[in-house]
Amino acid sequence: MTTTSLAPAVSTLTIGVRRGGIELLQFMRDKTSLIFTFFFPAMLLLLFGAIFTDSYDLPGLSAAQVFTSSMIAYGVISTSFITMGVGIATDREDGTLKRLRGTPVTATAYFLGKLILVAALTAGEVVVLLAVGVLVFDMPLPSEAGRWVTFAWLFVLSVTSCGLLGIAASALVRNSRTAGAVLNVPVVALQFLSGVFIHPITQLPDWMITFASVFPVKWMAQGFRSVFLPDAATTFEAGGAWEHGRIALVLGAWCVVGLVLCLTTFRWTSRRD
Amino acid sequence: MTEHTGKQRSGPHPGGSPRSAKYSSGMLENAVEVRDVVVKYGEVTAVDGVSLSVPRGSILALLGNNGAGKTSLLQVCEGFRGPDGGSARVLGLDPIADHDDLMPRLGIMLQSGGVYPWATAGEILQLFASYAANPLDVDMLLDRLGLRKFAKTRFRRLSGGEQQRLSLAVALVGRPELVFLDEPTAGMDVGARQTTWELVDSLRADGVSVLLTTHLLDEAESLADQVVIMDNGTVAATGTPAELTAAAGIDLLQVRAEPGLAIAPLAAQLDAKVTEEGPGEYAIAGTLDTESLAEVLAWFARAGAQVTAVNTRRRTLEDVYLALTAGATR
Repeated sequence: MTTTSLAPAVSTLTIGVRRGGIELLQFMRDKTSLIFTFFFPAMLLLLFGAIFTDSYDLPGLSAAQVFTSSMIAYGVISTSFITMGVGIATDREDGTLKRLRGTPVTATAYFLGKLILVAALTAGEVVVLLAVGVLVFDMPLPSEAGRWVTFAWLFVLSVTSCGLLGIAASALVRNSRTAGAVLNVPVVALQFLSGVFIHPITQLPDWMITFASVFPVKWMAQGFRSVFLPDAATTFEAGGAWEHGRIALVLGAWCVVGLVLCLTTFRWTSRRD
Repeated sequence: MTEHTGKQRSGPHPGGSPRSAKYSSGMLENAVEVRDVVVKYGEVTAVDGVSLSVPRGSILALLGNNGAGKTSLLQVCEGFRGPDGGSARVLGLDPIADHDDLMPRLGIMLQSGGVYPWATAGEILQLFASYAANPLDVDMLLDRLGLRKFAKTRFRRLSGGEQQRLSLAVALVGRPELVFLDEPTAGMDVGARQTTWELVDSLRADGVSVLLTTHLLDEAESLADQVVIMDNGTVAATGTPAELTAAAGIDLLQVRAEPGLAIAPLAAQLDAKVTEEGPGEYAIAGTLDTESLAEVLAWFARAGAQVTAVNTRRRTLEDVYLALTAGATR
């Protein structure tokens, strides 16, 4: 054993990618969290799709298809916001973050690893939900490239904003055992207000829609509907249009807010230390 | 494994004063330099003005009871928290301001926590190795710590002692210049403890500096070049294990002679406790120096006794430690 290390330090990017690997490995082996995170939104979709079978006054548009596309927003939030918030609260409490603080792993590398985990889980979640939609509810997948381009930027903005907000929210969680419950309260409430569990959103009082419009969920759900539903379905939207520009603007703004909150509130150790 | 050759290398280190005058190059400054560090948790003062230094390539043991402030002091050196008073320099750097430059050069073994329960021992060590620019060979390290057969065992299935050894391996895998070990052998069985001691001892031969905390006296005595005894957040004593015990002197003299000698006058003369523990087995207990040994033997000679055996027992580090931490001499 020698002490000199002449080789250049390992880059943040490399460490971040390796951390992404171990985060995924951990997540996949912990069957409980895997099943709960992945299949809970899928189960909700199956239930909602089976309960609300009535069709809209639009040829080829079933309630189940609307739910499938809206539920992707819920899936993204579940795997990015919740996983990130609970994961970091747990890492903080069980000493993972503290141990990393004593290694060459930088904060950036740590977050990069988490974002890799969250992006991979979310992609898997979207696949599961689309599979349910296509196989169970006969939802056609769009063939135009333009819609998949919309899907791509929407996915990136959604994962980034929800992931960053999850990191910020982890600072509010005092105890990792209650983290899931605490973080799910605003998430589930927003699903009702944002046209995910209740559709069309126009059934809601105006003030509720205005309130929901401040948060990302409404815009994510609207965006995913714009990818998978026919353009005629815009009549069921609050603004009567898909409003892509506004969706990008709101989600982009939440990315900035999330980043600022992360940088100002992130702590390596719990308050007790 | 290497012998304990480093033991004699560092001489007396009075008052923990820096020995940098001996060295001309800045590269050879002390690995750890702690000056008047204070750590407070709210109203409670955990560390109350501690100074110490760890010369490069040496092992310093912080010895103390639970709650003596050992871990708090270590946390300041590791950059987990800033001191509430005083300063700490580690490898010439500030543990907080220079955090990112310092970390690749340190190995830190925490008491617990922060390892992935679902990953295997091999995966964990491989991961921590991948953070380092020039890591040790993972298989070699697993072999050396007797963990090879657990390489495919998930962390949560390892015993406490095995987790502890893995934690040590994690601290060492990046070829650190300086290692902080917080109670490294806690929860280990005797064999694992021996293996760990050998490994830590071999670090010194490689020029690695070590600051460890322990409440095991034999651990401090067999590993450390310098021992700092902490009590209630302050330094109660500093020195090599030999210095600490030598200062305390001989505390027991056993003499074998005829049974039934009248020993009361000897006790009065020496201000020591003299007892006949068995027929002809006399024990003289107290703080004894060379002169008092001569007096004892002269007394036996005057009494016309035939002394057939003399045995002295030096104070152990344990005696010194107990005396210091109990606040009273025995």
